[in-house]
Amino acid sequence: MISVKNLSKFYDHFKAVDNLSFDIAPGNIVGFLGPNGAGKSTTMKMLTGFLPPSEGEIFIKERSIDSDAKAIQRDIGYLPEGAPAYGDMTVWQFLHFIADVRRLKGAHRKERLYDVIHRVELGDVLNRPIDNLSKGFKRRVGLAQAILHDPDILILDEPTDGLDPNQKHHVRQLIEDLSREKIVIISTHILEEVAAVCNRVMIIADGQLRFDDTPEVLRHRSRFCNAVSLRLSYAADISGLAELDGVDEMEIDRKTGLVTLFPEPGKHIFHAINEYVTQRRLPVDTLTLETGRLDEVFRDITTAEVANG
Amino acid sequence: MGNIWIVTKREFASFFATPVAYVFIAIFLMLSGIFTFFIGNLYERGQADLIPFFNFHPWLYLFLVPAIAMRSWAEERKSGSIELLMTLPISAAEAVLGKFIAAWLVLGLALALTFPLWLSVDFLGEPDHGIIVAAYIGSWLMAGAFLAISTCMSAFTRNQVVAFILAVVVCFLFVVSGSSIVLDAFQPWAGNLILDTVASFSFLSHFEAMAKGVLALNDVGYFFIIMVVWLYASLIVIEQKKAD
Repeated sequence: MISVKNLSKFYDHFKAVDNLSFDIAPGNIVGFLGPNGAGKSTTMKMLTGFLPPSEGEIFIKERSIDSDAKAIQRDIGYLPEGAPAYGDMTVWQFLHFIADVRRLKGAHRKERLYDVIHRVELGDVLNRPIDNLSKGFKRRVGLAQAILHDPDILILDEPTDGLDPNQKHHVRQLIEDLSREKIVIISTHILEEVAAVCNRVMIIADGQLRFDDTPEVLRHRSRFCNAVSLRLSYAADISGLAELDGVDEMEIDRKTGLVTLFPEPGKHIFHAINEYVTQRRLPVDTLTLETGRLDEVFRDITTAEVANG
Repeated sequence: MGNIWIVTKREFASFFATPVAYVFIAIFLMLSGIFTFFIGNLYERGQADLIPFFNFHPWLYLFLVPAIAMRSWAEERKSGSIELLMTLPISAAEAVLGKFIAAWLVLGLALALTFPLWLSVDFLGEPDHGIIVAAYIGSWLMAGAFLAISTCMSAFTRNQVVAFILAVVVCFLFVVSGSSIVLDAFQPWAGNLILDTVASFSFLSHFEAMAKGVLALNDVGYFFIIMVVWLYASLIVIEQKKAD
């Protein structure tokens, strides 16, 4: 439903977005990952028609953003970075303004307003000017504004930035509830967020698309994926662990005493290790199967070019 | 059309949600009173008209209109809400017009609230009401021209102070372009045609007749053209620079 072809954006001579191409289908919850300044926000600004692309094309529901921006913007809910709003308005006035713009009328309007206020939990602050709200509430007002017309496409630029863990959880829940048949694009640099809500990850660095697949595949890129770590209550001979079938390598962290065993590619070593530990009665306190470390993969992917170049 | 009205409504309400409109109207009424009675000598002239009142309008607008218009786009840019506005299904032209109309209505309201002057003159003598109505319309049109210039200056920058100063300077040039301040700069090298053209841009000369109640087509047309041109310029500036 969203189709991007060879999208580029230059600022003077700086290439903010460099030849991006991708398609996003309904049902996709895409996590846009990347370091700061990677081009995430610029890409989102182009998708929403705020910035014109320097090169390339964007088609949304088979319409080009060049010629049909207004029609496309009707189908999009957008939370810009920093959740800007009109600070002198109260939350209630602001949502009504958005409802006006979105042409919501009559009973449907009432129902949508009620639903959104309830979902985003704005009931207590409806009559307060937005300027006087805390950061978390401002973010929620921005979210309410974006989902008010129940759009098919939801684009959220760092929706959980500056929220406390409870609020983050709440926003994730909200996104999960929304997105059966919709397209959701979230930009973030919080990795757990992607693992928690997205079914597709796109990593952008230096304006280029470096990775585009599911969070599971991203996890499997990590050498920690399916690795087993254990902690001993006192020193014991564990050299035999490294000789086990399927174990590629053993690493011991001198500081924490954490032992990590890495499998050979595609091998599962947890059971073998578990058995070995039980048989030898090794003094093992904890034994964990690692699921892969996203931050490490993220670093690898986003800094790869720099290292090579 | 609907979108323009939605933006106008929001902007108009926002003028009154903040002290901007109240302060503006209060200052406008005070200053116009002072100018009319103390400098314009309304009573001493002994004539039942409002010419002393209207004659000071260009100078009042010169400072007050840029003050009311300076936030219109500069603040959108500063707070980032321009990104929200421009990604809603509202076109830039609708947004420009909506904001302009809202501020113009505030100016109209301020002007309308000077009605006690009119009542006083009516009480003391027998003024020609047609002339006064025409002068009010003329003054409102001129306010619109000031406003269009100020809107455009506000679109240029995210800093309201810069917007205000730029607007005052450009408006000042338009106010005095018929006088020697501006014409002297052209005198040494420009031909008569250029001199006449520059002089004809003057707000003062176009308003002069209006203040006396003559709504000539060329004066009315002049102010409308100024509005259209500067609003169109604002539109271009916003389209080009919205993300800066």
